[in-house]
Amino acid sequence: MSKSYPPMHKKVINVFMLSLTGLAALLVVSVLLFILGYLVWHGARSLNWAFFTQLPVPAGEKGGGMANAIVGSGKLLLLASAIGIPIGLLGGIYLAEFGKGPFSLAVRYTADLLNGVPSIVIGIFVYTLIVLPQHHFSGFAGGVALGIMMIPIALRSTDEFLRAVPNTLREGGLALGASKAQTVVTIIIPAAMQGIVTGIMLNLARVAGETAPLLFTAFGNQFWSSGWNGPTASLPVVIFNYAISPYEDWHRQAWAGGFVLLAGIFVTNIIARVLVSGRHSPARG
Amino acid sequence: MATPPALFDLKKLHHARRARFGDPEPAETEPLRAQFTVADMNFFYGGFQALHDVNMVLPEKRVTGLIGPSGCGKSTFLRTLNRMYETVPKTRVTGTIRFGESDLLEFSPTLLRRRVGMVFQKPSPFPKSIFDNIAYGLRVNNLCRNRDLKGKVEECLRRAALWEEVRDKLNESAFSLSGGQQQRLCIARALAVDPDVLLLDEPCSALDPIATAKIEDLIFDLRRSCTIIIVTHNMLQAARISDYVGFFLQGKLIEFDAARKMFQFPSNKLTEDYITGRFG
Amino acid sequence: MASTVTTPPPMMGVKDAPEKLSLMERLKKGDEVAYLVTFASALTIILITCLLVQHLWVESALSRHAFGWKFLKTSTWDPVSDQYGALPFVYGTVLTALLGLVMAVPVGFGAAIFLAELAPRRVSNVLTFMIELLAAVPSVIYGLLGIFVMLPLLREYVVPVLQKTLGFLPIFKGTFYGVSYFSASCVLAIMIVPFIVSISREVLLAVPQAQREAMMALGATKWDVTWKSVVPYAQRGMIGSIFLALARALGETMAVTMVIGNVPAISASLFAPGYTIAAVIANEFTEATGDLYVSALIELALVLFAVTMIINALARLMMLGMKSQEVAH
Repeated sequence: MSKSYPPMHKKVINVFMLSLTGLAALLVVSVLLFILGYLVWHGARSLNWAFFTQLPVPAGEKGGGMANAIVGSGKLLLLASAIGIPIGLLGGIYLAEFGKGPFSLAVRYTADLLNGVPSIVIGIFVYTLIVLPQHHFSGFAGGVALGIMMIPIALRSTDEFLRAVPNTLREGGLALGASKAQTVVTIIIPAAMQGIVTGIMLNLARVAGETAPLLFTAFGNQFWSSGWNGPTASLPVVIFNYAISPYEDWHRQAWAGGFVLLAGIFVTNIIARVLVSGRHSPARG
Repeated sequence: MATPPALFDLKKLHHARRARFGDPEPAETEPLRAQFTVADMNFFYGGFQALHDVNMVLPEKRVTGLIGPSGCGKSTFLRTLNRMYETVPKTRVTGTIRFGESDLLEFSPTLLRRRVGMVFQKPSPFPKSIFDNIAYGLRVNNLCRNRDLKGKVEECLRRAALWEEVRDKLNESAFSLSGGQQQRLCIARALAVDPDVLLLDEPCSALDPIATAKIEDLIFDLRRSCTIIIVTHNMLQAARISDYVGFFLQGKLIEFDAARKMFQFPSNKLTEDYITGRFG
Repeated sequence: MASTVTTPPPMMGVKDAPEKLSLMERLKKGDEVAYLVTFASALTIILITCLLVQHLWVESALSRHAFGWKFLKTSTWDPVSDQYGALPFVYGTVLTALLGLVMAVPVGFGAAIFLAELAPRRVSNVLTFMIELLAAVPSVIYGLLGIFVMLPLLREYVVPVLQKTLGFLPIFKGTFYGVSYFSASCVLAIMIVPFIVSISREVLLAVPQAQREAMMALGATKWDVTWKSVVPYAQRGMIGSIFLALARALGETMAVTMVIGNVPAISASLFAPGYTIAAVIANEFTEATGDLYVSALIELALVLFAVTMIINALARLMMLGMKSQEVAH
């Protein structure tokens, strides 16, 4: 007479909890599918050539597009990358290759601190830093705000990917008479390049959707913004303004804009993640 | 009194090798020169002393083997010769090491390492093509014009006995080679900068016997053009290829002598115990 | 034991001048330059953060001197008479964040446990990938869906049920127009779940296999192993993830301001409109006239900064505790 082990009630609990937690996971995933589906349904339908090429029309009228907002977002991201990526990359190289001791600890802690600051506070900071002295909103201020948000992530990600490169490569370079700087630039960074690029892409995707820091820096613009010195429209801010407005047509355009924004972010994310998990190191168990 | 029997018959081992390479014995009157002169060297990892009062003269253009049980400090000693220990924090060296007639510390580390090359235990080619691996040292030190690069790379690969195996795939990743080939690639890479000395840190420990034999042949081939100092835990290997041998134990140099003498008639009881396998 | 070191026949030294690199060559090799440049970049981060704190402090001085600590305890927010009290916003921020956490944590933990311990590997990888995509959805899109999808949903289906069954509770009283603390909490919950799942899952996966094997060898079910062995080991990390999610929720701006109603009034009912710190700054900053008004808003930003900094620090302490636990074992 064999007794089955574990006892029946334990087996029942096991199956029950498996289902419950599985349900929770399914619930979360279904939210994603719902968001995606709804935006595709509502947003993609409203996409037309005008959306991408025309400027907004006055409030209440139908038609027009978000051309200036899309270009504006592009400009802001360009400036943000020019600020955030070099500082984050070089700082990460310092932490991984040169730094040791309390200064490095301070840098890492500060980066985490800055990363945790709500984006609206960063917006206020850049407002007091740039907008107030200049007495006007500007694309420059908006780019700086987004750039500051990019720095801590770029720093940590570069730091981690560089440290993941095995030390034998560093020693190999040094043993051939290369200086530390040469080893880092010609061996270590290329070895970590995939991870670094992925990190940059994910960073950009995150910052592209930020609205709050732009509310009082780049502000917004119904027309094209020339140069960096004037208020600049951006996709997330326009979506926000249109969504809370009372106009039907603007709601429709908000959906379209939302779809474009989300599509850009998702595509960037998927490409970046597939890059990393795809061509991983030769020894992958 | 009868002389004690020799522990190993080195004549047989060397005879076989010389038959293949046709290498005559170096003339005994050829004056030996000192490549490294180590005096009263002590080495510390933080508070731990890894090497005690090491005194040694390493000859030029010969193969010197360093043997001893694991943890005895032979790898640590090797790394003092090209100042690689400086990349590790909290390390300290006292005493003097002379490279030729000048103190090691007077050299700039990067220039020193060009002249004293190193090959590590685990074959670690750079994640680049085979060609770029060899060319790395040349490029980084500006040793060679671009148009001469191809010729120099071929020369190094021939010296390392790898040319025939890789001539058709120079642009492929170095990782496409087998472990033994990768290690020979690393040796070729080290040879590219024409070093005076080649330091080998247990280069065959991760390889199969056939690859090991190939590398030993390579070392034998190189020894008259380059000083070779090889750390190995394989005594037979040391017996096969070394001209001189140093035996380390617990951070101290116990005996240093010509290989022929040390393996057959060691002066120190500890050496004899180690060679006959009584410990280690 | 004496060491016998026999030297070979006397050797002459090799004539060699020690070589050093000239200044130009050292510059080209680049070690000094590289150190300086990378050091400067690392320093920049510290400078930016110090500048941030300094600016917030200085620009809020007017308001801090005018109201002192009363700022956090007064509930009047009246730009007309230049009276500013932060209590409604603090109340709204804390309430929505906590309520959002209460709704998110069970679901988040459940999903994380499923993905880390119970699900087959391939299913887990696919679902994890999708949940990490969810974490990339920007706040303004949650807000968009919040206004046009969630509010009607709550109004038609959820709130009537709640009011019918639990309507006697003061938190469920009052008419529900859509924008409210409750709506904001729901949106926040959805936003922070992927976060909790992601971090908790990693924490669970990091639990050493030995922990599981010990129990499995005794014939325990998968759930038993998870609940009795893995989760307790990972609990510090999981609680840390709650803190991190909390800090996130406190700072959320766009989605909240789109569905909370933006009314600076404290109310017992969850169905009443409210306000949070981030929302009021977003809404009123560009319209703010008068130095005291602006200064008060910046003081709110300072408060938000301080609170999120403290909570993030607590979270990190918890995670550090988890790491040392691993080392000890």
